Amino acid sequence: MGMTMTEKILARASGRESVRPGDLILAKIDFAMGHDLTIPPAGKIMREQMGAEKIWDPDRVAVTQDHFQPAKDAASATLGRLTREFSHQMGIKWYFEVGQGGICHTVLPENGLVLPGELVVGADSHSCTYGALNNFATGIGSTDLACVMALGELWFRVPETLKFVYHNRLQEWVEAKDLILYVIGKIGVDGARSKAMEQVGETLKYIDMEARLTITNMAIEAGAKNGILEFDEVTKEYLDGRAKRPYTPVFSDPDAEYEKVFEFDAAAVELGVAKPMSPDNYAPLSEVIGTRLDQVFIGSCTNSRITDLRRAAAVLEGHKVAAGCRLIITPSSHQVAIQAEKEGLIRTFLAAGAAWTTATCGACLGGHMGVLGEGEVCLSTTNRNFPGRMGHPKAMVYLSNPAVAAASAVTGVITHPSEVLKHMPAGIR
Amino acid sequence: MTLPKVIRGKAWKFGANIDTDQIIPAKYAIYSLDEIELGKHAMEGVPDRDGWAAGVEAGDILVAGSNFGCGSSREIAPIAIRGAGISLVIADSYARIFFRNAINLGYPILQSPQAAEAVVEGDELEVDLEQGIIRDFTRSDEYRCEAFPPFMNELLKMGGLVPWVRERLRERRLAARA
Repeated sequence: MGMTMTEKILARASGRESVRPGDLILAKIDFAMGHDLTIPPAGKIMREQMGAEKIWDPDRVAVTQDHFQPAKDAASATLGRLTREFSHQMGIKWYFEVGQGGICHTVLPENGLVLPGELVVGADSHSCTYGALNNFATGIGSTDLACVMALGELWFRVPETLKFVYHNRLQEWVEAKDLILYVIGKIGVDGARSKAMEQVGETLKYIDMEARLTITNMAIEAGAKNGILEFDEVTKEYLDGRAKRPYTPVFSDPDAEYEKVFEFDAAAVELGVAKPMSPDNYAPLSEVIGTRLDQVFIGSCTNSRITDLRRAAAVLEGHKVAAGCRLIITPSSHQVAIQAEKEGLIRTFLAAGAAWTTATCGACLGGHMGVLGEGEVCLSTTNRNFPGRMGHPKAMVYLSNPAVAAASAVTGVITHPSEVLKHMPAGIR
Repeated sequence: MTLPKVIRGKAWKFGANIDTDQIIPAKYAIYSLDEIELGKHAMEGVPDRDGWAAGVEAGDILVAGSNFGCGSSREIAPIAIRGAGISLVIADSYARIFFRNAINLGYPILQSPQAAEAVVEGDELEVDLEQGIIRDFTRSDEYRCEAFPPFMNELLKMGGLVPWVRERLRERRLAARA
């Protein structure tokens, strides 16, 4: 009996010939991640409750200061300090200070720290992002992370795999974000609950690595344990000169078993949004055109890498943010910010009247720099819009791709990007 | 810390897809090391449930719909519910990270689509954790729970992942000495 990519990784990591869905395994971790909200409790649990003095392998742990950093208040400064002290005391090799890292899910891939065939865990739900690089990556809690740091191992239930096959190419303006919002709209926020989302097909060949990271990033919004993509030329090219360790890609066997196979015609997917108050509340853009906006936010681990900012800048070039609306742009990493500066994108944003911030999770989780008030309406390139996610429980959040967000900031209402820019210039990726 | 065999309490009822931002808004993550403070803000993000935590009596039981605890990985979600005084959570189903976190904390959670469907807020419940049976005195009815894999039951019984890791570390130290 064949195995899926997910099963192969879990079998290898647990030292077994093979695993089946439902098996409870103890598996060795290849790489682990924590941040300023999850390291302080994990460090305390590991040292004070579990009695571990050091971490299993300081070269295989990354820590980012991203959620409430630069510190948004005195209590967050304490979390930042605990995170910093723990990282230094444990000798964690991949510690990213404020101003030098950014959002974990952008920082780890761009530094070549999460690689094909590996078992990666992160104390953050969007850790499933890394699966775009052909690994098994999943979000865990703080006690889980404490266990991983103490032992280098963790328990897992081997998930059933759902296979998503995408046919044909996306239409003009339609991005990876629209595709995954459409899929989540079809299967629901619990449509892949605790399962592996293996995503394959011709469509992905034409989608670059940054946009692929958007697709796996949102696997958790369908409840998935992990999202995983095939290794191909795009993966290889992204990792060349970047990968920090040798790696071995995994491939699903032709006779692997899937709980269910979904087929989608990507060419039929329109520009879309998730309406308030759930990521599965999908609607074609045409249905929400004209919705008045108080704020537009371009940021997060979902859609604020350099390619996202390039598309936003192309739309914003020569335009101003509409009166009565505000635009906040938060790059997802320091490297992204440096690149945006080199390419002149920041000048475009500032000239348009956008607020440009340092790299942080910030507004996405209602942390800081863009928290919404009661009744406010926001169009955001982030990943989830449950009640209260970006601030007040009665704020309304729509999710979209960055070009739609940029165009909507120019008009102050939800707008098709072609209303502001006829065509996305060729070569802007 | 071992689990009680029987838990009694009044039911609080919530719907489907209650995510962790509703269970404990991210801004309270600054209290991640303070269970009592977190407890004061439990379920604060659920629309029209203002001041819910203040009304909870120690021992009360939270009953929810499907996919309870979806969204963020924050372990403060089950900790906040426990901090509010809730003795046990029953749901139609759980999002996986919330589920893991509760088991790892040794905090009892049960999966019972029957109970999630039938229980009404305010019902007096008695839960037999060993037999996996929920008795609803208000409705004079009984509901079954889904069984968890043995390893998860073992973790729950021993008080979560912390004692389990302590034991593994002890074994490793012994092996290193030998």
